[in-house]
Amino acid sequence: MDNPLITAITLLISGNREVYFIALTSLRFSLTSTGIAAIISIPLGIALHFNRFPFKRAVIAVLNALMALPTVVIGLLVFSFLSRSGPLGRLNLLFSPAAIIIGQVVLVVPILVSLVFSGMSKIDPRFYETLITLGARQGDVLIGSLKEARFVIISALLAGFGRVIGEVGISMMLGGNIRWFTRTMTTTIALETSKGDFAMGMALGIILMVLALLINSLMHILVKNER
Amino acid sequence: MVTSHWLYQYSLRVDIEMYSPPVLGKEEIMKSFSIFSLLFLFLLTSPLTAMGVPDGENLRIKLATTTSTDNSGLLEYLLPYFKEKTGYSVDVIAVGTGAAIELGKKGDVDVVLVHAREQEDAFIEAGYGIKRRDVMYNDFVIIGPVSDSAGIGDAKTVEEAFSLIAKAEAHFISRGDNSGTHIREKYLWRKANINPEGKWYKEAGQGMGAVITITDDLQGYTLSDRGTYNAMRSNINLVVLFEGGEELFNPYGIIAVNPERHPHVNFKGATALIEWITGEEAQLLIKQYRIDGHPLFYPMAR
Repeated sequence: MDNPLITAITLLISGNREVYFIALTSLRFSLTSTGIAAIISIPLGIALHFNRFPFKRAVIAVLNALMALPTVVIGLLVFSFLSRSGPLGRLNLLFSPAAIIIGQVVLVVPILVSLVFSGMSKIDPRFYETLITLGARQGDVLIGSLKEARFVIISALLAGFGRVIGEVGISMMLGGNIRWFTRTMTTTIALETSKGDFAMGMALGIILMVLALLINSLMHILVKNER
Repeated sequence: MVTSHWLYQYSLRVDIEMYSPPVLGKEEIMKSFSIFSLLFLFLLTSPLTAMGVPDGENLRIKLATTTSTDNSGLLEYLLPYFKEKTGYSVDVIAVGTGAAIELGKKGDVDVVLVHAREQEDAFIEAGYGIKRRDVMYNDFVIIGPVSDSAGIGDAKTVEEAFSLIAKAEAHFISRGDNSGTHIREKYLWRKANINPEGKWYKEAGQGMGAVITITDDLQGYTLSDRGTYNAMRSNINLVVLFEGGEELFNPYGIIAVNPERHPHVNFKGATALIEWITGEEAQLLIKQYRIDGHPLFYPMAR
């Protein structure tokens, strides 16, 4: 038997078409879902910070709890909605990239909202006062605090992206692991390992680890710049 | 917008507390919300609807099938020929037979390729499936360690082989996933009058490939279809210890999901696939498919 690690590295170096196709598919899904989730979550996180309303604490507590929602539970929930016998069955979305993206958005929205909100609340309150004494109007305050919180928002996005690219439950249950279509890095690793074929899984595992390292160093640099 | 209503109400309150962020005015909030929601709607609708709405000529077919046909590499080998001939691309969703039939019942797939005759017949009788055709067959085999600690190599019948495994309490790994192979395995235990229980009997709840990998690791016994075993045999240290007999015959059938039950299914595509896979070209391809010189499936369409 060949050493799977050597085969894996050969696959990576030789530019194996399927390995890179799968890696790109994963990236495509994760970027799209993080992007959509960002569009929903950033305004929500900001609105949560700037507004007071009844049960605000409860909302925050629920959001924090949702951050820990297991991917298989989200998979099950979205599956029951998208299945033909479910309320959204007419859309014919199950086992398609769209289904994966919907599931991943559900996964990452609570994370982004919570992180953006908690990041915003860490801004020194004197910052706003200074802005106001300098004659800032409300719109300027919003823009000013967005600028001030940009590192927080970017690192929240990176954290969300990291969560999405590494999840397997949602992609497996909602995408169906269809080759050349909805097969992602994580579902391939699960499948190939189950077949007793480790090389391709390892090649993708290496890509995933490199990505994780990249994301973490980016976050590290951001945090350093902030100080 | 209902959501911005309460936001708007509360945002109008002037905040005079010393250390708290200022409250935004109506315009800012409305503006940021409307821009974002517009963008969101645009992003959401464009890719999703493009993929979601089936048009007149739907060239994708969703096929739910067993892990054995997928893990053995047969479909990856066959389907490109089908695509070349007809233009249909087939999305293969590999699950156990039980789950595949469930997906068919719910209308989540267009066609199923499975191996559990009783379940197939029930599926058709309940009106969910039509146009069943035999496709191919192979057989089940009992595989185990070379040392054969339970001594099933000398068994005369499959019931005897199962009894010997239970008596020796040798590791037996069951699929445990209601797949065709699992259904057959349970049937064989019943025939041998054994209720498999205990530490030696392990239900994996996974596909055929995964179960063979576990069996190899534990050097135990399992029931496998010959196709998946042959596809994996060069990577594992397990041998066929018992084979042959009517009880181990393993036929595969293909069934279209009934469009009267689920009007949205791609019945045209399903019919095309059924006709092609039971036709001369595909039957010959199935016959010729080999891994390391071993045939995996035998054609049986008439």
